[in-house]
Amino acid sequence: MARTIIEKIWDSHVVAQQAGAPALLFIDLHLAHEVTSPQAFQELRDRGLKVRRPDLTIATMDHSTPTTSRHLPVLDPNGAAQLAQMEKNCADFGIRLYNRMSDHQGIVHVIGPEQGLTQPGMTIVCGDSHTATHGAFGALAFGIGTSQVGHVLATQCLLQQPSKSYEIRVDGQLKPGVAAKDIILAVIAKIGIGGGTESVFEYTGSAIRGLSMEERMTICNMSIEGGARAGLVAPDDTTYQYMAGREFAPKGADWDAALARWKQLPTDEGAMYAHRLVLDASALEPMVTFGTNPGMGIPVSGSIPDPANVSDAVQKSDLIKALKYMDLQPGKPMAGHKIDVVFVGSCTNSRISDLRAAAAVIKGRKVSPHVRMLVVPGSQQVKKQAEAEGLDQIFRDAGADFREAGCSMCLAMNGDELSPGQYSVSTSNRNFEGRQGKGGRTFLASPQTAAASAVMGVVTDVRTLL
Amino acid sequence: MKFAQLEGKTVVVAVENIDTDQIIPARYLKSITKEGLGEGLFRDWRTNDPEFPLNKPESKDAQILVAGDNFGCGSSREHAPWALTQYGFRAVVSTSFADIFKGNSLKNGLLPIVVPADVHKELLASSGAVLRVDLANATLHLPSGKSVVFPIDPFSKECLMEGVDELGYMLKQDAAIQAFEAKRVGSVNTLQ
Ligand code: SF4
Repeated sequence: MARTIIEKIWDSHVVAQQAGAPALLFIDLHLAHEVTSPQAFQELRDRGLKVRRPDLTIATMDHSTPTTSRHLPVLDPNGAAQLAQMEKNCADFGIRLYNRMSDHQGIVHVIGPEQGLTQPGMTIVCGDSHTATHGAFGALAFGIGTSQVGHVLATQCLLQQPSKSYEIRVDGQLKPGVAAKDIILAVIAKIGIGGGTESVFEYTGSAIRGLSMEERMTICNMSIEGGARAGLVAPDDTTYQYMAGREFAPKGADWDAALARWKQLPTDEGAMYAHRLVLDASALEPMVTFGTNPGMGIPVSGSIPDPANVSDAVQKSDLIKALKYMDLQPGKPMAGHKIDVVFVGSCTNSRISDLRAAAAVIKGRKVSPHVRMLVVPGSQQVKKQAEAEGLDQIFRDAGADFREAGCSMCLAMNGDELSPGQYSVSTSNRNFEGRQGKGGRTFLASPQTAAASAVMGVVTDVRTLL
Repeated sequence: MKFAQLEGKTVVVAVENIDTDQIIPARYLKSITKEGLGEGLFRDWRTNDPEFPLNKPESKDAQILVAGDNFGCGSSREHAPWALTQYGFRAVVSTSFADIFKGNSLKNGLLPIVVPADVHKELLASSGAVLRVDLANATLHLPSGKSVVFPIDPFSKECLMEGVDELGYMLKQDAAIQAFEAKRVGSVNTLQ
């Protein structure tokens, strides 16, 4: 029977399936970070269990990790305690940890692909909802809770119900100034943030095929923002070229064998999807969110929606609530709205190509005097590469702050945060109330749009600066 | 913790798409234990809005939260159900739940109850109503005399009712896991 790539990966990982119970699914790679793992390690200690496969877990520090100098102590005592506990847990249970001082440290979803750990056909999990990022390689990668982190540590398996396959087909060519981030923001604006519930997205179509691996990661990363469990792109030559030679990627004869397996993965002709959405990339504009969830996005040339035009009572009151929190006027244009902070970073847009895109806009220009701009590379490797290319200098010359790697102002756990009432243009993935700091207000956008907005001091259509 | 019958009062938060950053803001995630999260529940909404339903004296002791569509979207943080249960909730009623939140809740004795739109509407309009949850029959009884069967997979139901420990169940399948590992090709080795 014709199967989707999602079904193929699922089928090849079912360890056991008892009647009336969910499938026991084998997990090929488990990623861990300091925030969602401590209680899971404690559970193992309480039960006297070992980590079954320490060779299949890798850990890093990113969420609570300061992005100021690595050589200064962590000032926040709770953050420091969490990082110290991570060191202890990994040492006690024999897990490789890229700690704060490691050259491989970085956001968990940036380092997996970078090290060649993320590979096609794998099941990959992490106590983090943006694990879908790894789906860009044709892996089934999804976020789990802390109890499940414990399950994976103890058994290398998870109890799972199968998902529905949902095709998101994007054809056509992106116009200049329009980025991968704009594709996914447009998708979520269309289907809503609950649109993908119980599903796994497969992104297909000529526009997706034309994207680089890093752009595909940006798209898969935000699958959860459309409510999906995961999102993936079938592997192709772009995937294999990106992977070849990376530290944990197979070598020599192993590579050839792996390649033969990976080439079997793409969805069969005639396979059925439970849902499908079709989008024309050439019709897209740069997108920006105005509200308090990632589905509240509009083209940057658009106007803020008017609750008067919404008929559903609950939706109307939600929109009113969002506009009140954001302090925005219905009908006003988005472009031109004054901002205070620009954040370029997060597992959505902190890779080298994102930094290059932002730097290309910033180069030879200055960050507006009333704007604070933070550029936070996704990993130490990205930082090193950016420095080698002189991007750090471009940012600094423009008046931006260039930081150490971490999650930073994506979720404001490490001290990098908005003040109440401030507006940011952010390349991260969530604009929930208070996400970037209590009372802070977030406009999500691409790195290009973020950089253009930093220069102009207001939400800006990057195409006016090209 | 076993879960069988529950008779409890509702409190209504009629907002759609309540995300996990509202349920428990990120600054409460620095703990390395599960304790002390109840006070962080809906912290910013409780602080900023004296009219927020949980601030009202009549919602004290409510055990059932009635909320808008797509409850629990966003982060995978299990701190969300930990905060809800520590605050005193044992069930959440909505028309839909985000997947990870739903899974996390079921593992922590917090019952996510999906109801059809008409029942939801009735519940949204009657904060403080006393509902009866009969988990064995997956039925929610409303004060109006109406009752509605809600979906729950048989495994989760059994785990909740019998207090079955999922990890214990998984550990018992060790032989199957070993057999699978023996024929598995193509894993990485992060310790190399
Ligand atoms: S960058 Fe943001 S979304 Fe990504 S893992 Fe870190 S906190 Fe989560």
